[in-house]
Amino acid sequence: MTAPSVLALQSVHKSFGPVEVLSGIDIDLRSGEVLALIGENGAGKSTTMKILAGYQPATKGKILLDGKEVRFGSLHEGEAAGIVLIHQEFNLAEQLTVEQNIFLGRELRRGPLLDKARMRALTRDYLSRLKCNIDPDTPVSRLSNSDKQMVEIAKALSRDARVLIMDEPTAVLTGSEVEVLFEQVRALRAAGTAILFTSHKLGEVKAIADRVTIMRDGAVVRTDSVAAMTEDDMATAMVGRDVSALYPPKPDLPADGSVALRVAGLTVPGRAHDIGFSLRHGEILGIAGLIGSGRTEAMEGLCGLRPATVATLEIEGQPVTIRSTADALDQGLCYMTEDRKLRGLLLDKGMRVNLTLQALARFGRVLIDRKAEDAALSRAVKDFDIRAGHGDVLVGNLSGGNQQKLLLAKVMQSEPRILIVDEPTRGIDIGTKQQIYTFLRALAAAGKAIVVVSSEMQEIIGLSDRVLVMRQGRIAGTLGGADITEDAIVRHAMGVGADTDERAA
Amino acid sequence: MATETANPPRARRSAIPSMSVLGPILALVILIVIGAALNGNFLSAGNINNVLSRSAFIGIIAVGMTFVITAGGLDLSVGSMAAFIAGLMILVMNAALPSLGVGVPIILLGMLVALIAGIVAGMLNGFLITTLGIEAFIVTLGTMGIYRSLVTWLANGGTLSLDFDLRTFYRPVYFDGVLGIAWPIIVFAVVVILGEVLMSKARFGRHCAATGSNEHVAHYSNVNVNRTRMLTYIMLGLLVGVATIMYVPRLGSASASTGVLWELEAIAAVIIGGTVLKGGFGRVWGTVIGVLILSLIDNILNLTDLVSPYLNGAIQGVIIVLAVILQREAKAKG
Repeated sequence: MTAPSVLALQSVHKSFGPVEVLSGIDIDLRSGEVLALIGENGAGKSTTMKILAGYQPATKGKILLDGKEVRFGSLHEGEAAGIVLIHQEFNLAEQLTVEQNIFLGRELRRGPLLDKARMRALTRDYLSRLKCNIDPDTPVSRLSNSDKQMVEIAKALSRDARVLIMDEPTAVLTGSEVEVLFEQVRALRAAGTAILFTSHKLGEVKAIADRVTIMRDGAVVRTDSVAAMTEDDMATAMVGRDVSALYPPKPDLPADGSVALRVAGLTVPGRAHDIGFSLRHGEILGIAGLIGSGRTEAMEGLCGLRPATVATLEIEGQPVTIRSTADALDQGLCYMTEDRKLRGLLLDKGMRVNLTLQALARFGRVLIDRKAEDAALSRAVKDFDIRAGHGDVLVGNLSGGNQQKLLLAKVMQSEPRILIVDEPTRGIDIGTKQQIYTFLRALAAAGKAIVVVSSEMQEIIGLSDRVLVMRQGRIAGTLGGADITEDAIVRHAMGVGADTDERAA
Repeated sequence: MATETANPPRARRSAIPSMSVLGPILALVILIVIGAALNGNFLSAGNINNVLSRSAFIGIIAVGMTFVITAGGLDLSVGSMAAFIAGLMILVMNAALPSLGVGVPIILLGMLVALIAGIVAGMLNGFLITTLGIEAFIVTLGTMGIYRSLVTWLANGGTLSLDFDLRTFYRPVYFDGVLGIAWPIIVFAVVVILGEVLMSKARFGRHCAATGSNEHVAHYSNVNVNRTRMLTYIMLGLLVGVATIMYVPRLGSASASTGVLWELEAIAAVIIGGTVLKGGFGRVWGTVIGVLILSLIDNILNLTDLVSPYLNGAIQGVIIVLAVILQREAKAKG
């Protein structure tokens, strides 16, 4: 506990206009230590990190670097002091190559010309330390999310960071990539770097952090060593109430419930092959699998969002053809995208426009009925507990949790009978997760048929009545009832399930 | 707290509109005041009629351009397209003269040709941009060159002139009107009203804004992105046809220099009016103000000898840049 403090905040306040988002934060990053910063969305974690890295000035309070008070005039001064912040939304120039990104703004030169050979060699070295074998000459736009994350970390490595601040680094990574990241984090810690990271996955906090600082409503509610806390303790401190009942109870489904959707032979070229399943009214079907296993693509193909062929497609027992989203919506089938920021919501528009966009025809054939829209928004804000200061706030300024709730409200505007939700709780806090789970279960109880695609194992297990596991574009297994265990899902997802054929429905 | 947040924003909004709304209107008012102060003739019915009639061509096109830009597109070909359609119209009408004679039918034929040519030209731009997925800037840069060259070729490097008798018969479409208001102004007004309703109150306008704001979100939200874009180009082509119908009777001719730089004037008017160049937000009434600002500057410089009319382009350039800066400031604050 006597490791020297590298970077600290003392009674830091931050206000945006009249709104105080941080009220007296104390936080302390120590050399050779991993500190986890956790809290619900909107608790003030992002602002805290931005102040630490010099992206934003504090309204009141002190920033201490090696015990001395500093004031960062710009983020360059923060970087010059060895503080690197990795954003949740990547800060990479998409058109430039990996190497160009890593050395962006600090290009190595030999005379007046760029020393490309050395930069490329160094880039290879950083990437190999991360066990990431992408070519330094690949444009970043062609990388997957997880590779982009690795490039961001390589960038931090190249800057010899004394303090590394990571905003939800694992949100877009697969299990094995998380392991590689953690290995690097341990290596950096051993080398004396002070590391701060945020995560909504408390298991990760337990696994990697030494200490944890918990925030709620712009204040630090507890800082303690990780060993002294259980995951339940953390969750309770974050939310301020008991959240042990995260998942609503699963009701007993009648075995002969009527089938809402039957799919056979669904193929999305290059992504998913011969997918078949049936879904009953009142049922929540989980679709598990690794990132890249074709889950999202299969569901998008089913809903007419990308080219796909299907042998049999029946809704309520009637054969149907779906070629576009409009066809899908006409059949009461609606898909909620996993990517709320790039595919789900218009961030530079208000809530009303976003809410009604998908089901605009319901608000008037040619001219839009503004009153009906306003009424729908008031209803959605109430039903989905969307917390926005006022009605005309831009959606991009809402917290992730509120954006997700708005997205859910948006897809519900078309009153689907079959709802497919993809990563319904990615990157949102545990309190909002609980609300979304409760909502989905209530929908199922009202007779809707629901598909949940998720990478979060606990979510699949806690929410699903039945689980399909996908692997390399195919269904690797189907699990039901007591068979839905983490072990069984992982086995199927990794291709080591022994009794796949027996269980496959 | 609850009542406080519920009411004041609305009250504030109606009391003082934001700079992005107020800016163009203020600029227009200031121009009118300056014009009136410098020249007594400025506010005469004759001058107003003249300014508005001349604005009508660019204005009608700019309304269409507002939709194209709002949906995230751009069309550089409209000036050349207008010249080509004018040439085509004149050729067809001259050719039909022996069989149809001077009369209403031949005028209607000319109008039909203009409208169809506009729609087809718009479809061509739209097809290349949406179906083939080529950058709008490149496609319309190409078609701009093609139409300009075609009209030069049709006129054999010179001028295509409407038959004298036909011209005399057709003239009233530009020079006459109802209750002292010239036809181009009436048509412009109708286009603006329809455009404003379509943009701000109809599904199509919402779809355009969604497409321009983020086409992936639009696609995932059951908006047919390609069809929306295609329709904006077709609509713009149709409006170029309408503008040409109003333009031909004014001079009765078309040449390689017809409609030069109209595309940039139309785009400038759209931007001054507060539509975002990269798409996602557009307003037709703003475009109208943009058109009026540009033509008033021209008119004031011609009526007074304070500043040389040769500096017209420079002043317009300053206004365009200023408009965008003011709107950015307003956005940053809001």
